[in-house]
Amino acid sequence: MTIVVVAILALVGLALTFGALLGFASIRFRVEGNPIAEQIDKLLPQTQCGQCGFPGCKPYAEAIANGAPINKCPPGGEATIQALAALLDVEPLPLDAEHGEEKGKLVAVIREDECIGCTKCIQACPVDAILGAAKQMHTVIASECTGCDLCVEPCPVDCIDMVPVPATLRDWYWTRPDANRMQIIATDKMNEACAS
Amino acid sequence: MRKLWHFHGGIHPEERKTCSNTHPIQPAGLPPRLIVPLQQHIGAPAKLLVSPGDKVLKGQKIGQAQGRISVCVHAPTSGTVTAIGLHPIPHPSGMLDTCVIIEPDGLEQWCPLTPCEDYATLTPAQLLERIREAGIAGMGGAGFPTEVKLHPPRYDKVNTLILNGVECEPYITADDRLMRERARDVVLGMEIMAYILTPGECIIGVEDNKPEAIAALKTAAKGTRIEIVTLPTKYPSGGEKQLVKILTGKEIPSGKIPADVGVMCQNVATATAVYQAITFGRPLISRITTLTGEHIAQPGNFDVLIGTPVNWLLAQVGHQSENTGRLIVGGPMMGFTLHDLTVPITKTTNCLLAASQRELPAPPPAQACIRCGMCEQACPAELLPQQLYWFAKAEEFAKAEHHNLFDCIECGACAFVCPSSIPLVQYYRVAKGKIRQLTQEQEKADHARERFENRQARMAREAEEKEARRRERAEAAAQAQVSKREQTTTEGSQDKSAQIQAALERVSAKKNPDNDVSRNTAVAAEASQPPPDLESLKKKLLRAQDKYDKMAAALEDAKQHNSDRVEALESATVSSREALAKIQAELAAHPEHKATNVATPPQGPDIEVLTQQLHKAEEKLQLMLATLDDAKANKPETVEKIERAIEKNRERVAAARQALSEARNLGNNETAQPPAVHSRNAVKESP
Repeated sequence: MTIVVVAILALVGLALTFGALLGFASIRFRVEGNPIAEQIDKLLPQTQCGQCGFPGCKPYAEAIANGAPINKCPPGGEATIQALAALLDVEPLPLDAEHGEEKGKLVAVIREDECIGCTKCIQACPVDAILGAAKQMHTVIASECTGCDLCVEPCPVDCIDMVPVPATLRDWYWTRPDANRMQIIATDKMNEACAS
Repeated sequence: MRKLWHFHGGIHPEERKTCSNTHPIQPAGLPPRLIVPLQQHIGAPAKLLVSPGDKVLKGQKIGQAQGRISVCVHAPTSGTVTAIGLHPIPHPSGMLDTCVIIEPDGLEQWCPLTPCEDYATLTPAQLLERIREAGIAGMGGAGFPTEVKLHPPRYDKVNTLILNGVECEPYITADDRLMRERARDVVLGMEIMAYILTPGECIIGVEDNKPEAIAALKTAAKGTRIEIVTLPTKYPSGGEKQLVKILTGKEIPSGKIPADVGVMCQNVATATAVYQAITFGRPLISRITTLTGEHIAQPGNFDVLIGTPVNWLLAQVGHQSENTGRLIVGGPMMGFTLHDLTVPITKTTNCLLAASQRELPAPPPAQACIRCGMCEQACPAELLPQQLYWFAKAEEFAKAEHHNLFDCIECGACAFVCPSSIPLVQYYRVAKGKIRQLTQEQEKADHARERFENRQARMAREAEEKEARRRERAEAAAQAQVSKREQTTTEGSQDKSAQIQAALERVSAKKNPDNDVSRNTAVAAEASQPPPDLESLKKKLLRAQDKYDKMAAALEDAKQHNSDRVEALESATVSSREALAKIQAELAAHPEHKATNVATPPQGPDIEVLTQQLHKAEEKLQLMLATLDDAKANKPETVEKIERAIEKNRERVAAARQALSEARNLGNNETAQPPAVHSRNAVKESP
C-alpha cells in the first residue's frame, strides 16, 4: 500500500515539477507573433501591391499561414510559389491568373510637367517612395519603388507610367548555355557544316 | 632556390604563344576616332568632366573617380570631344555604356604633367593619390582599382608582395614581351609598390616557358631585393590564389583575399603603369595588347591607345574579316566572344584572338555527364565541379553555395577536360549571376518591408495623436458644460420652486373659490410676486437656447466617439429641451410679449449678416479673379479649375444679393406694417 502511495506521490511530484517548468518556459520563451507567417513574409517580394487581395505582404503571409493558397502573388511569380511550396511542404500550384500575371520588374515614373501636385499618389505609396508636397511637383525615388502600381489609379491627371526596369551592365549575367541550343549529335553538326 | 608548392588540379593546354611573341612591341598608331568608356574598371564609373566640343590634351582627365572603388579616366591623345553617349563596349553582354568619343588632332600634345624623379620624396599616401589620379586599374584582366588594392591591410602587414608575370593562358604574350623589353620599368614599378607597402619580401613569379623574360628581369633586378621565381608551366598558375599557393604555400580561405594572409599580388603591366605614373606623371592611356590567331596576318604585341576601336586595330594587322572564325577578347580559356567590332580597347584588354574554325572550333554539343570525375581532378580551387553542375542546372542555388560555388575562379579547366564537353563554367557563371540577383532582390525586399512597416507605424501613430486631440477637446467641452449646468440648475431650481408654490396656490384657490382667505392670500401672493418681466424672460430664453445648443453639440460629439457619457448627455439634453420649451411657452403667454412680439424690428440683424456675407463673397470673387489672371499667366493647367470655382462663387454672390434684397424688402414692409397691425388690434379690441 505504501509503495502505491509513494509511487503516486512521486509521479504527482514529477508532474508538478515538469508542469511548473513547462509553464515557466512557455512564459519566459514565448514567441511573439506567428513564426511561420514571419518566414512566409520573408519569401514574399514585399511590393505591398495588394494584388493577392490582402492589404500588403504581411497580411497575405498570415493568410497563407492560416491556409490560404500560395499562388496569389503575381510579382513573386513562379519563384515565390516554388519557395513557398518548399517552405510549407505543399504542392506548388500554377500562378492564379485571377490576381494578375507575372510581369517583369517595373518602376513608376511621374511625367513631371503634367503633375498638378495633388499628393494623392504620395498617400497611396506603401513604401513612401514618392517625394513631393501639396501643389509641388512630385517625383518617384526609383531605388525605393517596388513597382506595385498602387499610385497609378489615384492620379487624377494620369501622369504616372509604369515602365520596365532597364537591364544594365551592372546587373547583367550570363544566360543558360542550354537555354536555346538544340541537342544535336556531333556528326550531324559536321555534316551541316560540310553542306553549307 | 626558393621552395615551390603545388596547387591541386590544373591543365596543360596547347600554348601557341610563339605566333605572337617573336616580334617586339610595336606602336599601334593613332586611330581616326577614340572611344573611351567611363567605366573600364571594377567599381563606380568615373564622373564625366568634359562636354561635346571640348578640346582635350593628351593625358587630360576626362572622368573623375567617384566613390571609394573607382579610378579616373584620361584622354589618350589630344583632340576634340565629338560626342558623349552610349556605345558598345567589350563586355560579354554586348550592351552599351557611356563613352567619350574623341577625334584626335594628330598633335599628340601632352597636358602639363607632374613627374617625380625620386618616389621616396613622396609619402605613401601621396603616391596612392597619384596612382588613383593616374587611373590605374589591374591590367591582368579584372581591372580592380590598383590604389584600393595597394592600401595596406588594416590589421596585418603585407609580408609578401608578388608581381604576377605568369601569363598562363594560351596565346597571350603581352606580359611576356613587356617583361622582355621593359624589365627595368617592371622592377622600378615594383620598388614603388614596395615603398608603399614595405613588405618582407618581393617576388616576381614567371612561368618557365618565358626564359627571355626571366633573363631580362634577372638583369634588371640585379642589386635589388626583388627575387625572380620561375614556376613550372601549368594553367591556371596565374590565378591569384593559385600563385600565392605556389610561391608561399599559403591557402587563402574561402571568401578572403590574399591580403588576409599577408600577401599581395599585382600584375607586371600594372607595375609599369605605376612606374610611368609616378616617375613621369603619365596617366594610364595606353596598354600592350596581343593581337593573335590564325586570321591575323601579322600577329604580335602592340602598344595601343585606350579607346582604339577594335575594327581599326584589326585592319592594321591584316585581319581577314570575311573569315568565319571567332573573335575573342582575352584568352581562349577565360575570354569572351566579341559580336560588335566597333568596341574599343580598354585598360583590361590584354588580348584579341581572331581564331580560325580549325584552331578554335565551336564546342561540340554537350552530352550527359558520365561522372568520370575528371573535372574534379582538374579544378584548381579544389571544388566538386560535377556537384556544382547538378545544382546549377537544377537551380538549387542554396546547395551550390554550400558547395562553395563562389570560390570558383571560372578558369574553365573543368570544361576543358570534360569528355562530354559540358559547358560547366557557363553553368557556374549563370548560377553566380542568378544568386547575386536573388540576393539583391532579397535585400530590396527587406528594405521595402522595413519602409512599409515604418510607414504603417507612422500612420498608426498619427491616427492615435489625432484621436487623443479629439478626445481632449471633447472632454474640455464636457467640463465646460458641466460647470455651466451646475450654475443654471441652482438658478432654475429656485425659479421652479417658486412657480410650483404659485401653481399650488392657484389650484387651491380654484378648488375653493369661496375661500376668500385663500383667494386673498393667493392674490396677495400674486401681488407680492410680480410676474417675471419680459426682459428677464427673454434673457432666460436666450440662455436656455444657448445651453440646449451646446448640449446637443456635446451629445453629437459623444455619439461620434461612442463615449459612455451619451446616456447622461441625452437625458440632460431632453431636460434642457423641456426647460427651453417651458420658457418659450411662458414668454408666449406673457401679456407684454404679445404686443412687442409684433413690434420687434424684424430681421434687423439678418440684413446685417446678409450684407456681410455678400461682402465676403464679393471679396472672394475678386481674389479668385486675381488668381485666375495669375494662373493664366503662369499655370495654364489650373485655369479651367479656377474658372469653374469662379462660376460657383458668382452664383453664390448672386444668391446672397437676392437674399439681401428680399430681406430688405421684407424689412421695409414689416416696418411699414406695424401701425396697421396696431390699428387692426385696436379695431379688434374695440367691440
